[in-house]
Amino acid sequence: MTRWIAQNRGFAAALVLFAALYFSYHLMHPRGFSTAVLVQNANELVAIGFVAMAQTVPVLLGGLDLSVGAVMTLAACVASWLLDGTPAQIALGMIATLAVGAGFGLMNGLIVVYGRLQPIIATLATGAIAIGLALLIRPNPGGNVDGDLNWALTNSVYDFAETYGFARGGDAAWLQPFVNIPVPLILLFGTACLVWLPFKRTVTGRTIYAIGSAEGAAYASGLPIDRARIAAFTLAGFFAACGGLYLAIQTSTGNADVVQAGAYTLNSIAAVVLGGTALLGGTGGVIASILGAMILRAVSFYFRILDIDPLLQPLIEGIVLLTAVSAVAFRTFGVKNQLELFR
Amino acid sequence: MTTMPQIRPDDRPLLIAFGFTLVILVIGTGYTLSTTGTMPLLQPSYLMQQLQIGSFLGICAAGMMLVILTGHIDLSIPWTLTSAAMVATSVGGPWAIPAGLSVGLCVGLVNGFGVSVLRVPSMIFTLGLDTVLRGLMVARTGGFAPQDTATPAMLYLAKAKLLGVPVALFVWIAVSLVVTFLLTRTTFGRALYATGTKERAAWLSGIRTRAVVTGAFLGSALCAALAGVLLAGYSAKAYQGMGNSYLLPAIAAVVLGGTHILGGRGRYAGTFLGVVLIVLLNSILSIMQMPEAFRQIIYGAVIIGMLLIYGRGTRVSE
Repeated sequence: MTRWIAQNRGFAAALVLFAALYFSYHLMHPRGFSTAVLVQNANELVAIGFVAMAQTVPVLLGGLDLSVGAVMTLAACVASWLLDGTPAQIALGMIATLAVGAGFGLMNGLIVVYGRLQPIIATLATGAIAIGLALLIRPNPGGNVDGDLNWALTNSVYDFAETYGFARGGDAAWLQPFVNIPVPLILLFGTACLVWLPFKRTVTGRTIYAIGSAEGAAYASGLPIDRARIAAFTLAGFFAACGGLYLAIQTSTGNADVVQAGAYTLNSIAAVVLGGTALLGGTGGVIASILGAMILRAVSFYFRILDIDPLLQPLIEGIVLLTAVSAVAFRTFGVKNQLELFR
Repeated sequence: MTTMPQIRPDDRPLLIAFGFTLVILVIGTGYTLSTTGTMPLLQPSYLMQQLQIGSFLGICAAGMMLVILTGHIDLSIPWTLTSAAMVATSVGGPWAIPAGLSVGLCVGLVNGFGVSVLRVPSMIFTLGLDTVLRGLMVARTGGFAPQDTATPAMLYLAKAKLLGVPVALFVWIAVSLVVTFLLTRTTFGRALYATGTKERAAWLSGIRTRAVVTGAFLGSALCAALAGVLLAGYSAKAYQGMGNSYLLPAIAAVVLGGTHILGGRGRYAGTFLGVVLIVLLNSILSIMQMPEAFRQIIYGAVIIGMLLIYGRGTRVSE
């Protein structure tokens, strides 16, 4: 246990910070510790959570993906056309949306690997392309998303079972321990556990970490660095598309909003850093970034219950972010050999 | 450049960017000739007007280049620009411009401290400071455009013409000369390149890299503040989000000009050409009345395409 903390100091600190923030939030909330509050909070978390997951994978390589917000917007715009009709049509629409995101990520990966461009500048440009495509697909905000789907996926497990009439409409005994869990949380952590954790254990997944730690050494050890890079950007596109898909289902609309896309990209970087993943690559993980996104959101939850002047909210958000990242940095004053600070 | 053959590869982006600028002019002129039978793009007055608008971007890009050369990035440009404009208009009088620039001074010092002393990655520290500045301005103005108007001096710098040339263009040229002088003729310039190439080696050879990085951020924030003061003069007042459309084009201009995004390599002439290229590209897309969607796609494709032509990086770094 002590060893785990020593190895995952950033993650442990983020966990404590979030637990403290969120527990006291519930204590202060007039309807704290209720499913309704939990469901509402979970709904606000999903999109930024997925985008933070998307950002993490290229960051582990030591790169950055500035197109994640744009890809999320593109996916939401695609989804806003496809999520209606028979269940089979809806399922196909979801698959198509995710495929668009993964395909765009794959393109990013190919450009970075075979074009040998810096990820940050290549994705800056492809992000503009993604926004352009999103504007072509949805010149004006709008969309048509199946109502049942919207209700089932944005509420608790009980409502999900009731909507689709399984487990005797949510009353089955075996389901009772789970009925109060919000579906969005299950989607978020389910995707992380089913996609990221197995992937991390493959050679390609380990190679991503190796590239972030020491690219030259990874190459010299014969690791598949090209494949790992392409996989990382594809996975980023896929996770971003998950976020876009959920956003479309949640709001029943697609909106090619350039400002919103930029805000999601920048917040995803903040979430990754707050989760304890190093921007230089090599350490951290996707689950930690979800935690980082949860901290970002928890701070904004406070505005509602503390009755803070809305005009002061951006200022407080900024100060919290700046303090959090600077607090980590104060260890630099304890470094004995100054040379360690420079690379 | 002929006396130093070893920097030849640095000339390639310049030549390509220049060639592409000509291509844009030819395509644009061809388009206007075929539709209206006129050639507005080749008229000096039209070009002057475009460059006047481009000078705000050009000043931002000049500062951004200093930071990128050290291997960092400054994401706080949008709200540094807006804050400077808002402070300048609200102070008013003869002290308007110094007040606006002093905003840049403060932002640059804080950024420099956070990045070089605290060693927070510049990407996240400047982003955080940008959010704080936005918060301060929203809290101060209530989220609306402030009622104060620009002072005559600001209006003169941004809008007036001297000998038929916009004064803003002179300001841009002056900034360009200062940056070129800094980069090529001073120890600070050499230290910037050294720090961007390998900070560890630069520090070991006695360069005070903390001061150098802080200096770069100071330059960037001052340039953004100057652009903000000018832009407030151009539109006669400051408004929310006036700097939002300057961050990404500034980075793009620096990179299209051949400066390496990881620092250590690049020349100011390239950045200048990069700005001209982006301004002309934008103005031609407006002439063609291109919808926003295609504009974004063309914009992205041009950046990718040009970087691919510039020559690719190494397969494995280090």
